[in-house]
Amino acid sequence: MVSPSNNTLHTAYDSKIEGNVIVTRVDAAINWMRKNSLWPMPMGLACCAIELMATASSRFDISRFGMEVMRFSPRQSDVLIVSGTVTYKMALAVKRIWDQMPEPKWCIAMGACASSGGMYRSYATLQGIDKLIPVDVYISGCPPRPEALIEGLLKLQTKIEGEHSMLDQKRSFIEEIA
Amino acid sequence: MSAAADVATLQASFGAKIWETLEFRGEQTVRVELGSLHDVLAKCRNDLGYEMILDVSSLDHFGDQPRFEMVYEIATLDDSKRLRIKAKVSEEETVPSITGLWVGADWHEREVWDMMGIPFSGHPNLKRILMWEGYPYFPLRKDFPLAGRPTDMPDVAFTGVAPLEGGPFVTSCGSDDVAKREPRAHVVK
Repeated sequence: MVSPSNNTLHTAYDSKIEGNVIVTRVDAAINWMRKNSLWPMPMGLACCAIELMATASSRFDISRFGMEVMRFSPRQSDVLIVSGTVTYKMALAVKRIWDQMPEPKWCIAMGACASSGGMYRSYATLQGIDKLIPVDVYISGCPPRPEALIEGLLKLQTKIEGEHSMLDQKRSFIEEIA
Repeated sequence: MSAAADVATLQASFGAKIWETLEFRGEQTVRVELGSLHDVLAKCRNDLGYEMILDVSSLDHFGDQPRFEMVYEIATLDDSKRLRIKAKVSEEETVPSITGLWVGADWHEREVWDMMGIPFSGHPNLKRILMWEGYPYFPLRKDFPLAGRPTDMPDVAFTGVAPLEGGPFVTSCGSDDVAKREPRAHVVK
């Protein structure tokens, strides 16, 4: 049985309404939503993919940051994690998957190979995925530890926080009608 | 019968077509002329009991004539004896495929064709296995640079030249932290 409360209700403050209202900018709200539900497209090409899997699984658990929903369809994903050696034979396939991802999208080059070709200075290996697609975060390591990948994803979150897509759209719209 | 006895059997049946036999630490190697390579391997497969092809590989003796050399590693299924058969191949010559003897030689021969550019006659599906169809070079040849050569096949693949020394890719040892060791790593603020 609940004991009756002695607190009187404040009539000036309606918690039913004001408790659910947050005042913010559209960009801030959108960025907050985007950064907290990053859906990664796992591009597992070599041993870095093993660390990527470890990052997703229970010990390291990127679902703490809302990133656990690995999508194997590029149409449903936000961030391409290039984890591993990109051979020339694979390069255009990676590019194609990147092109299939809808905007807004981000790219993480995970590990030495994806960032710069790594130790593979040879005829068969693309010397860094940034020769084909724009990279937002480079993660060093061979392979990087899951903590490093999480750090990279958090850096990406910080980067997303600073974006102002709506502001830019609004500005160009105003310029258009002026 | 041991592998050494098999070598003697091969010498008895092929005579001068067997150029050289070599024993090194219990490993038996037989060098044959290219013309009788298929017959020698067929005898090993059918009469001497070598049921397994372990490896088909090739060497590039760049500057020598003939330039290439095929190397076949064969063994019995219980691995009681092993044999290595070698045959020299010049640049114009074609090697008879042994896919009729060992099905497992299929992909090995495709790899030899892809990497070294030695053609095989009678192979059921001789196309590149690692590089893509239309790639113009054979990368494991001695006159092919490790850094590669630039090529471009639109919508299929392209290649570039990898930097082998210097530049922003080279890590420097001895520095304390990763950001200093790896030149492209920097702290995002």
